[in-house]
Amino acid sequence: MLLAVIRREGVDVPALCEHEAIEPCGSCRLCMVEITKKEWDGWKNHVTSCLYPVEDGLIVSTHTDQVMEIRKTILDLYMARCPGSEVIQKMAEEYGIYKTSYITVPDADNCIMCYACTRICEVLGKSAIAAVERGHRKVIAPPFGDVPPDCIGCLSCAHICPTDVIKWNDEDGTRTIWKKNFELITCKECGKNIISREFADYIIEKREVPAEYFETCDDCKRAEVARKMGSLVTRAKEVSL
Amino acid sequence: MRIESIDQLNQWREKCRTEFEAQKRRILICLGTACRANGAIEVYEEFKKVLAEKNINDVSVEAVTKTGCHGYCALGPLVILEPEGTFYTKVKKINIPEIVEKTIENGEIIQRLLYKDANTKKRVADYNEIPFYARQQRIALRNAGNIDPNQIEHYIAVGGYQGMAKALTQMKPQEVIDEVSKSGLRGRGGGGFPTGRKWATCAKVESDIHYVICNGDEGDPGAFMDRTLMGSDPHSVLEGMIICAHAVGSIKGYIYVREEYPLAVINLKKAIEDAREFGLLGDNILGSDLCFDIQVNRGGGAFVCGESSALMKSVAGEIGEPRAKYIHSVVQGLYNKPTVLNNVESFATVPMIIEKGADWFTSFGTPKSPGTKVFSLAGKIMNSGLVEVPMGITLREIIFDIGGGIPNKRKFKAVQTGGPSGGCLPAEKLDLPCDFDSLTAAGSMMGSGGMVIMDDRTCMVEIARYFLGFLVMESCGKCVPCREGLYQLYQLCTKICEGKGTEEDLELMEKLSKTIEIGSLCGLGKSGPNPFVSTLLYFRDEYLAHIRDKKCPGGVCRNLITFTINDDCTGCLACIKACPTEAITGEKKKKHILDQELCTQCGSCYAVCKFDAIDIT
Repeated sequence: MLLAVIRREGVDVPALCEHEAIEPCGSCRLCMVEITKKEWDGWKNHVTSCLYPVEDGLIVSTHTDQVMEIRKTILDLYMARCPGSEVIQKMAEEYGIYKTSYITVPDADNCIMCYACTRICEVLGKSAIAAVERGHRKVIAPPFGDVPPDCIGCLSCAHICPTDVIKWNDEDGTRTIWKKNFELITCKECGKNIISREFADYIIEKREVPAEYFETCDDCKRAEVARKMGSLVTRAKEVSL
Repeated sequence: MRIESIDQLNQWREKCRTEFEAQKRRILICLGTACRANGAIEVYEEFKKVLAEKNINDVSVEAVTKTGCHGYCALGPLVILEPEGTFYTKVKKINIPEIVEKTIENGEIIQRLLYKDANTKKRVADYNEIPFYARQQRIALRNAGNIDPNQIEHYIAVGGYQGMAKALTQMKPQEVIDEVSKSGLRGRGGGGFPTGRKWATCAKVESDIHYVICNGDEGDPGAFMDRTLMGSDPHSVLEGMIICAHAVGSIKGYIYVREEYPLAVINLKKAIEDAREFGLLGDNILGSDLCFDIQVNRGGGAFVCGESSALMKSVAGEIGEPRAKYIHSVVQGLYNKPTVLNNVESFATVPMIIEKGADWFTSFGTPKSPGTKVFSLAGKIMNSGLVEVPMGITLREIIFDIGGGIPNKRKFKAVQTGGPSGGCLPAEKLDLPCDFDSLTAAGSMMGSGGMVIMDDRTCMVEIARYFLGFLVMESCGKCVPCREGLYQLYQLCTKICEGKGTEEDLELMEKLSKTIEIGSLCGLGKSGPNPFVSTLLYFRDEYLAHIRDKKCPGGVCRNLITFTINDDCTGCLACIKACPTEAITGEKKKKHILDQELCTQCGSCYAVCKFDAIDIT
C-alpha cells in the first residue's frame, strides 16, 4: 500500500489505526494524502494511504494545506473524544493544537475506535471482541457485554491498543482481562508468570509446539541455551589443548 | 408448469391475456402500505363478501383484485372500477354495499367519493383526468396498481418477461450491455452512474462467478419508491435482474430489502417462488444457457447498509460497514467477486428498455438524464404519494401541478431532495429542472427520489439539526470524520437552535464540514454535512437571525420564540384546554390571556386555534 512507500522514502505521515500485524482499515484517516496523475488533467483526490494500492505514475503530496487541515481537524476531534490520552495530546501538539475547539464528549474514554484490538483478535482466529452499536455510541465489547467466551487472555488487544485503553491485571497466578480470569502458567525455574493456560493450549494446538515449551519462561530458556553454549566452548577449549 | 422456450412463453401469455381481458368489470383495490394502514384489507374483504351475497350477473368475486400501490397515498384507501376508470377515494368498509348497488349494478357514480380538484372544486370521475395522474409518465411504475403483485399470470398478461425473452433469445450479452448503454440509463439509487458502463466493466472482469445485487435498502426519510416497486410489481425487478445476469454472466442474485419492508419481502418471495415454478428462474431459463437464481436478504435496520460496500458485507454476514472503494465493487464486490449492484428502480426500468429499445427510452427526459424518475412526495404537500415523471420536469411542476401545492394556504419554503445526504432548495430554485446534473449543481442531489416539502413554518436550522441527528444515529462509526465530526456538527447546530450560537461557531462548522466531506470513508460521511451546508447556502439569514437577533423566523426553536394571543381570539376555550401548563386563562367569548412565565412554547395552542389568533414571534 501507498503508506509503506511513503514511509520507505522517509516521509513522516501519522497514523493511529495502522499496524504491521493487521490489515489496514482506514478508520483514523490521519494518513490521508493527496494524489494525482499526469493524465488526470489536474484532477486530484484525497485518499487514505494505508489502503490505496501503489500505482505507477502516481503523484503523491503528503503535506498540502488541505491535507494538513484534515489532520488538524481530526486531531482536534480526537482531543474532544479522548481528552485524557497522552498519545493524542502529544500528536495534536505537533500540529499546534493544545485545546479542542469542540465540545468534550460526555463520558469520554481514551478509545479512538481504531479497531486494532478487534482486528488482531481476528488475526489470532478468536474474534472474542467486536465493535457493537453504531455511530457515536459504538464501543468495543465482548458478546452481549458479558464475559467473552472465546477470549484466551493473550493480551494482544491490550498490547496493540495505540492509546492504552484496554486494561488487564496479573495477580497471584491469575490474569484478568475483559472481566475474565485466567490461570497463569509460571516458570518452573524462576517462578515468573509466562502466559495464560488457555493461550498456551491454543498455541500448542494450532502451532504444534511441544507441550513442555511453556514450562519455562523465555529468560530461563535463554539462560539454559547460554549455559549449554558455555559448556560447549569450555569443552572445545579442553579438546584443542 | 415449466416454460422451456419462447414459443411456450407466448402461448402461456395468450392464455393469461385472454383470462385477464375476459374479466371486463375489475374492481382494483389498492393494498399498498399506506392504504392498508387506512383499512384497505377490510374494504377488500367486504367487497368479496357483498359480491358473493349479491350474485350479480357478469361480476364475480374474482373481479375484486388486490393491487399494489397507486401512488395517491394521501387519498387512500383507493378503489378503481374498470373498465370506466371510476376512481373512488378514502373508501371505508361501510361504503361498499352502496358502491356495489349504485355503481356496479346501476352504473351510477357516487359523487362524494370522487376526487375533488382543490382549485376548480369539481369532482372528477375518470382516473386519467386527475392532474396527479395526468401529468405522469409511468415506466418503472407501469404495472403498479393495475395488477395483483402475487399473480405471475397478471404480469405475464400485461407483457411481463417479454424484455427478458428478447434478451435471452435474440441478444448476445454484449448487445444487451450496448442497448442499456445507449439508453443512457443512470443509476436510480442516487449516484446517477451510467448503468451500461457498470455492467460492461463487470462483464469484462475474469472470474469464476459474478454476482447481481438489487439494492432495496431504501433508507432516506420520506422516500418510498422502492418499497412500492418491490411490493406492487416484484416481477419487474426480477426480470431486470435476469437481464443483467445474462449481460454480465451471473448465476446468483440477491435482493437486499430493508428490515422495515415486510410486505415487499412477502411479495418478492412469492414472485421468486412463482418464477422458479415456471422456469423463469433456475437452470436454463427459456431453454437458454442462462442459469440464474435469486435470494432475498433482509437488512437489519441500518441506514448505512444502503451504501454498496456495506450492503455487500451485510449480505456476506459481516458487520455492515463500508470499505474504501479504491478497487470498485464491479471488480471486487461481494465475497471479493465482481458484482453489479443496482437500485430497484433501475432494474425495474431495464426490461422496458430492452423490450422497446434505447431510442424509445431516450425520447423521455433530458439528453444527459434520459427516461423517467419516480419521486415520493412527503411533508407539507397536498398530494403526498408517489409520482413518475420525465426527467427535466421542474420542481414547481412536481410540487404544485402534480403535488397540489402546500396545504392550509401556507407558503412554500424549501424542498429537500435526495434525503439527508441531499440538500434543501429554496423557492428561487423552483424552476430548476429535476435531473441528476442540475440538482447537483444547485448544491443538492437527485438521490433516490425522496422529496420532503416544507412550508414557511419550518425552521431551516432545526431541519439541519434534525437530519444531522439522523445521520449521527445512522453513521456506522468506522471512521473519525463521520463519527466524531457529524456529532460535533450536530452539537453546534443544537447550540444555535438554543440561541447560544455565535458566528465563530458557524465558521468552525463550515471548516469542519469541509474536512468531513473530504476525509470520510464512504458516501454517507462525505455527504453527511449536506443538511447543514445546503441550508447555510440558501438560508444563511436564518442562521444569523438565530445567532444575532436570537429569533427563529420559522417559529420553531422553543428558546427563541414567544407566543401571544391577538385580537382575532373569539374566546372559544380550545387553547385553554390544550395548554399543558395552564398558561392560558380566560372566559368564554372573551379574549384569552397567555402568561409568558408559565408558557413552555410547546405550540399546542397554535395547533388547536382555528382563528389564527395565536402569533408566534
